[in-house]
Amino acid sequence: MAGLAQTMGAGAMTNSIDEITQTQVLFVIGSNTTEQHPLIGSRIVEAIKKGAKLIVADPRKTHLAERAYVHLCLLPGTDAALINAMMNVIINDGLINEEFIKERTEGFEQLRQNILQWTPERAERITGVKAEDIRRAARIYAGAERAMILYCMGITQHNCSTDNVIALSNLVLLTGNVGKPGAGLCPLRGQNNVQGACDMGALPDVLSGYQKVKDPRVREKFSRAWGVEIPEIPGLTVPEMFEAAEKGIIKAMYIIGENPVVSEAHLSHVEKALRNLEFLVVQDIFFTETARFADVVLPACSFAEKDGTFTGTDRRVQRLRKAIEPLWNSKPDWQIISELAARMGYPMTYADPSEIMDEIASFTPSYGGISYDRLEGPGIQVPCPHKDHPGTPYLHKGSFARGKGKFIPVDYTPPAERTDEKYPLVLTTGRVLFHYHTGTMTRKIDFLNKKCPGPFVEINPADAQKLGISDGDEVYVKSRRGKIKLPARVTGKIKQGVVFVPFHFAEAAANYLTIDALDPVAKTPQLKFCAVNIFAGSEEHGDS
Amino acid sequence: MTKYVKTICPYCGCGCSIILHVKNGKIVRTSPAVNDSINKGTLCIKGMLAHEFVHSPERLKMPLIRENRSFKEATWDEALGMVAEKFHNIKEKYGGSAFGVLSSARATSEENYLISKFSRAVLATNNIDHCARL
Repeated sequence: MAGLAQTMGAGAMTNSIDEITQTQVLFVIGSNTTEQHPLIGSRIVEAIKKGAKLIVADPRKTHLAERAYVHLCLLPGTDAALINAMMNVIINDGLINEEFIKERTEGFEQLRQNILQWTPERAERITGVKAEDIRRAARIYAGAERAMILYCMGITQHNCSTDNVIALSNLVLLTGNVGKPGAGLCPLRGQNNVQGACDMGALPDVLSGYQKVKDPRVREKFSRAWGVEIPEIPGLTVPEMFEAAEKGIIKAMYIIGENPVVSEAHLSHVEKALRNLEFLVVQDIFFTETARFADVVLPACSFAEKDGTFTGTDRRVQRLRKAIEPLWNSKPDWQIISELAARMGYPMTYADPSEIMDEIASFTPSYGGISYDRLEGPGIQVPCPHKDHPGTPYLHKGSFARGKGKFIPVDYTPPAERTDEKYPLVLTTGRVLFHYHTGTMTRKIDFLNKKCPGPFVEINPADAQKLGISDGDEVYVKSRRGKIKLPARVTGKIKQGVVFVPFHFAEAAANYLTIDALDPVAKTPQLKFCAVNIFAGSEEHGDS
Repeated sequence: MTKYVKTICPYCGCGCSIILHVKNGKIVRTSPAVNDSINKGTLCIKGMLAHEFVHSPERLKMPLIRENRSFKEATWDEALGMVAEKFHNIKEKYGGSAFGVLSSARATSEENYLISKFSRAVLATNNIDHCARL
């Protein structure tokens, strides 16, 4: 999100899900949409049936890649080189949108100088994608009147995630593919309320509506509203918190509805950090792997037992409605927080979540027009600044949130660790259709467990043959940080030299292998690239 | 008597509308919403089974407090009393920078707002984040 904030001024999906079927070209990069966002995946297939052309950039031959007009099968982490080369073709072929660049952007000349060096042949050496395919993709994208880019964690879980996003933004600005229906840049949010959690200021540097903690006027506004002084220094991100806990700077943590002991990078660090705490409170619906480290565990209730709102990936605020009373002795998170605040001498007296939303609306500009009585229908897309505002289906119409769209030249940054003789393969991680995140919810469901009972590692037949591995063999996957044991799935659907492990499964947690190198701005971990080796399943080899 | 409650799927960020079918206080089925929904009557396999984990016997049923190497069940009064006291002591001794709060992208917006408010106004820290990066 840090990338889009710099170039356009708003870190969110620019368009609506419905616009996917109205566009001419879809460029899906770093997203296995069919398995992570099934509804959007099916909309993309619908768009193809209506005549849209699909370009997919992914090291795996995903469901969508199989249906793509061009599949750019790139090495993980080389996205910026690929995108720069696409822009090289667009500039050299004269396919840029000159009017849009002149009227709505700044910094084009600097970008042009940088891009001229990014020939498709140079990108081919880095990405492993044929120069000719890069040319084809670039021409299809730039030739459309309306094109949409959809991206996900394959772009953002790298040590260069901000640059990757900026490169995509450059591509969009270069062709004027934004500010109209069916044209834009769409980060797909992986969890039902990531957009909402960000909008609400569950972030270390901003309060609700991305109002910056550093800004004294913002602090004054919130201090007055909340009746206490707001701390001045921006806080730590999740990976920085675990580092601080390991060093003994953070003494207590309150973890609500998250399972970092499976989901974070480089797990042995996270476990050490949690053990080092003086006091840990975990609030969840199940006794998670993280709860094992807690001093107090608080039973929260599920989505079905409470009222509230979720803001989906296309910025749509929708009502969550209570279907049943809280089960057993559980309580909704909002009530637990309120009671705890009161016990600590800070009364929070809300009769129900609609009153909380009214408070949010009163000093969050983008939610100014949101109230429960307006959410009975299909929901409202934010920004929605006042009561009569209909909501915003697509962003940046007429002008960007920051005024002009900004071109920022970026280059390819190699990953924080390299493959070598000892660790010759690239590991990339992700999800499968039948499970969700750390499996806390989905692994309780028999049908889903039958469909996908446990972990596996996907490996290309050529690599498998070299290593003497057959389909179904138990193997060890080992990185410089740890190793896991799991069955091999030999498949031509993954690029040679790359292996894939889903991160849902605690018994072979992919994140024991991953590296906790971070993007310097967005602090995203490099989960989509680490160097590994694979050994056929004898304990002896695995330990070597 | 079956009650039908329109709500939102708890999984990915698409925001599909679902109907929970409630019979005698138990959710027995999930179906896709047709009207006023982005999914227009369709749903993926996870969404069709959205209710299944809700009634799982493995749910946390009571607050738990650590006692040596295991946990004992506690009342809300005991558990919240203990958390309030420990948080208070840590704040007194080390200040707000000794806290780290992880909010949840699965909790509602209202809850995320309150967790942010609690972190900043009660614990006196900006060390609050969630898994947007995962």
